[in-house]
Amino acid sequence: MSKRSNSPGRQFALLSLLAVGMFGFAFALVPLYEIFCEITGLNGRTSGEAASVAQIAEISDREVTIQFTAQVFRGMPWEFRPTENQMRVRVGEVNTTEYYARNRASGMVTGQAVPSVSPGHAAQYLHKVECFCFTQQHLEGDAEIDMPVQFYVDPDLPEDIGTLSLSYTMYRVPDAEVVVPEAAASMPADHEGHYQP
Amino acid sequence: MTRSYRRVSMLFGRFCSIVLVTFGFAQAALAQALDMREGVTEVSQRVQSLHHLSLGVCIVVGIVVFGAMFYTMYSHRRSRHPTPAKFHESTPVEIIWTIIPTLILVGMAIPATITLIDIEDNSDPDLTVLVTASQWKWHYQYVEADIGFFSNLSTPQDAINNLVDKDENYILEVDNPLVIPTNQKVRFLMTSGDVIHSWWVPDFAVKQDAIPGFINEAWTRVDVPGIYRGQCTELCGMNHAYMPVVVEVLPEEEFLTWIEDQRVAAALAGEQAIADRSRTWTMEELMPIGEEVYIAQCATCHLPDGVGQGIRYPALAGSEIVNGPVEAHIERVLNGVVDTEMQAWAPQLSDRDIAAVITYERNSFGNDTGDIVQPLAVFESR
Amino acid sequence: MIAHADTIPKQRHPLIAFILRWLLTTNHKEIGTLYLCLAFLLFFIGGAMAMVVRLELFQPGLQFTQPDFYNQMVTLHGLIMVFGAVMPAFVGLANWLVPLMIGAPDMALPRLNNFSFWILPFAFILLLSSMFMEGGAPNFGWTFYAPLSTTYGPPSTDYFILGVHLMGVSSVLGAINVMVTILNMRAPGMTLFRMPLFVWTWLITAFLLIMAMPVLAGAVTMMLTDRHFGTSFFEAAGGGDPVLFQHVFWFFGHPEVYIMILPGFGIASQIIPTFARKKLFGYHSMVYATVAIALLSFIVWGHHMFTSGMPLAAELFFMYATMLIAVPTGVKVFNWVATLWRGSITFETPMLFALGFVIMFTIGGFSGLMLALVPADFQYHDTFFVVAHFHYVLYPGAIFGTMAAVYYWLPKWSGRMYDERLGKIHFWTATIAVNLTFFPMHFSGLAGMPRRVVDYSIAFADFNIVSSIGAGLLGLTQILFLYIIVKALTSGEKVTDAQVWEGAEGLEWTLPSPAPLHSFHTPPEIEPDEAHAATDKA
Repeated sequence: MSKRSNSPGRQFALLSLLAVGMFGFAFALVPLYEIFCEITGLNGRTSGEAASVAQIAEISDREVTIQFTAQVFRGMPWEFRPTENQMRVRVGEVNTTEYYARNRASGMVTGQAVPSVSPGHAAQYLHKVECFCFTQQHLEGDAEIDMPVQFYVDPDLPEDIGTLSLSYTMYRVPDAEVVVPEAAASMPADHEGHYQP
Repeated sequence: MTRSYRRVSMLFGRFCSIVLVTFGFAQAALAQALDMREGVTEVSQRVQSLHHLSLGVCIVVGIVVFGAMFYTMYSHRRSRHPTPAKFHESTPVEIIWTIIPTLILVGMAIPATITLIDIEDNSDPDLTVLVTASQWKWHYQYVEADIGFFSNLSTPQDAINNLVDKDENYILEVDNPLVIPTNQKVRFLMTSGDVIHSWWVPDFAVKQDAIPGFINEAWTRVDVPGIYRGQCTELCGMNHAYMPVVVEVLPEEEFLTWIEDQRVAAALAGEQAIADRSRTWTMEELMPIGEEVYIAQCATCHLPDGVGQGIRYPALAGSEIVNGPVEAHIERVLNGVVDTEMQAWAPQLSDRDIAAVITYERNSFGNDTGDIVQPLAVFESR
Repeated sequence: MIAHADTIPKQRHPLIAFILRWLLTTNHKEIGTLYLCLAFLLFFIGGAMAMVVRLELFQPGLQFTQPDFYNQMVTLHGLIMVFGAVMPAFVGLANWLVPLMIGAPDMALPRLNNFSFWILPFAFILLLSSMFMEGGAPNFGWTFYAPLSTTYGPPSTDYFILGVHLMGVSSVLGAINVMVTILNMRAPGMTLFRMPLFVWTWLITAFLLIMAMPVLAGAVTMMLTDRHFGTSFFEAAGGGDPVLFQHVFWFFGHPEVYIMILPGFGIASQIIPTFARKKLFGYHSMVYATVAIALLSFIVWGHHMFTSGMPLAAELFFMYATMLIAVPTGVKVFNWVATLWRGSITFETPMLFALGFVIMFTIGGFSGLMLALVPADFQYHDTFFVVAHFHYVLYPGAIFGTMAAVYYWLPKWSGRMYDERLGKIHFWTATIAVNLTFFPMHFSGLAGMPRRVVDYSIAFADFNIVSSIGAGLLGLTQILFLYIIVKALTSGEKVTDAQVWEGAEGLEWTLPSPAPLHSFHTPPEIEPDEAHAATDKA
């Protein structure tokens, strides 16, 4: 290498580039982590997309227990709970359960449910055919709703898993991020959301 | 092979405990005060053995290394050893002190791995409890039995402020402890409704973070009935220190009775709520109840005299909400404020308590609205 | 390499000339001094916050602070000690010593050097000003876990973010400068494997800084956009994950731990041979061990998060990787002991601090090994056991290391000797105080006391009383240290010998005392060293 290419200026540039690269790497950790979670089921993330029923190979005689739980996140004025706490299901069979939600506030509030499955490595074996968590849910003041979840347990579920828990956390969607449903598009904006500390 | 190894390592751990207790300290009681808690589950005892094993290894290595150091500092000081030796390199020696520690580490890693695999086996629970953390309390939901309740610190504020004496359970006591049966595998699902918390009971060796939007698992099986205390172990805001975990372990039959009692109590509370909202309450009835609720639930942030603490915990004295329309005030208390520590009280307090505390707030701290909020009004806003 | 200080017209008002000289200096010795003074000032500020914390924890109940203010003190103590005291002190030492040790006239990039220092005061003014803002200073711990710091952080969090960015830029620029200096400015004959170990450890530290600090900058940038620009990196509602924050943070955080300890290793490796009058044992294995520690530091971050719900496989991986770090660390300790072995040892103050460093750091290493065992970590995690562990590593490692360095090189820097008797008193009181403060924390942690609590059960009261008394004593020893330094600089015995310590080796001891402002304009001649000849050829 020539002396010039090894100059302090060049090294400075290279090392700065490395630093900038590491800054970028911090952001690259986000998708890397997501891929990692999807592979390992870390944190019980489930797929955000609907599974197709056609994927099921066959319904087996094996039965597992599936438990349903629910929480609302701070600032969400909804009552939100499963309508049944647990179910015995046959592996591979499509089942439906419902979650109940009621808006305590007087104006429309939009919610987004975030699912989590426990044990974490079971997440990839619980397929949701239909779920209220796929989209935002809009509830008028004092309105209530039963929201269905249609799911099946993958026949490949490891033998050591006998109980799965499906948990939803209901978040309030900030007004700015609400995707207005078409039917409600003509309605006045929600004035209840202006919470000031 | 692993079983016998496990036995050997357990035995070594026990041996280390005995050595520590016998020779390390003059009194067994003192040794216990300085030791990791033994706890009341098989897991906690195995974890303690592991602690003894690693501590024992460290003490032995420490004696060798520090012994050599102090020996050389004493006998090779200049007044005794005026001419230094010349050696400064030896590859065989370097290899030896790389390999020996590695072997010791492998010896520690094996029992740790075996114990860890057992700890992480959450399968086949007899009972599942959903633990939901929020600032600064726990909520326990029995998934199978479908009962749930909040668990709040019950130490009086006066004890914290040193106005009355502190007893032995100071800040480790709650109004409603978690109750679980003996000899059953209890699985905990942990989650949070706001920031990250961590649920810890040292006597079970269970510590698991409660993370918003996700659920984590842990389990325990306790053989000895009793009351076990722990705390939140992840900094979760202002009152992180005031978020105790109390678990009462009952013999199985008593646990079943307790579950029944909870059902009856819930039914009675429902009837009481109907009775409460079907009559009109007076200011004199509501104010003392309101003050009690306020001190227990609201005063840590808004302070007992309602002056608040800066912008994050606004003053109630002279507040626009408190002195404004009653409906907005009820909604604020029921539903909380997004992205702040002000939480929704609807799931936590009865109509009567919310009516009382709002009445109290609207007629205290210099606020003088004269409003009397009825439980029925709260019920209708829910 | 023209020092700007020389070009300033002399006829200005003396005060303005003085300010401009220090503001515009590009001299590595002056910048080193500036770094050390800033670090010392911030060390006192961070220490005062620790005093508030220990005062509140003297007894159960709330005595002096409210919980929120207590959390602010805990947070700022951590941030200031890490970013304000330890890191600038080490950069200051690097500035002073690296050019002297490799026979360079100055740092490779002197103007950048000036710039990276003068960023720092502004960064800390930003951070400290948050105490006086509405809503108070950051109160979420120096690890600022989301969502406590994002959704629920006080308004001053944005000042904290900007402050961290500035510190990060300063550290990265400083690290690049050190690295370029070491790679380019060595005197002829100063091969990499003839560099003093302090230079080696700093070269590796610089690499860690360049790799780790930008990740921290990324983490706080994501925090900022989560707070204000509608992203949800760390919020489950928008598809993010609070645990991701911990991964990003500790990807920075664990190398950061070694950034705060490796230069200390280097210092001990300079001082121990001097006063043992014997060459450092196993120079090469010391270098390799340092490299191994640095590389391993990038794959162990998960051991800070064992309770966050990791899958078993990840827990096992991070446990094994963490335990592995004990091997190279052990090698270093064994090498120091072998250096002492059959030497001709004297115990001047720098040596005392270096030996104290080795012993107490090893104790911290032991508890670190215990913490690596995941099942046991479930009991230790986030208790005072951890607080005891990292203070045992950092106080003897970073603070004793820096103090040893200051005592050792002060005569060379200033041409004046410190008071040996006071130095020894300082060492012994500091050692007693450190152990009194931090040793009982092991026991309060084992008994079940969580960390970062403003109040605790009466069962932990005895341990906390001892800790608080120790902390008070530790605070007083800092004032003694300040007095010793001031006394040495103003009325210390003049040192004229270039070779201040008879057993010391290295180029810095060939320069007159005090070291002239400009040194090594002509590269020094490095004597061929027979011991190194074999490696040099290789």
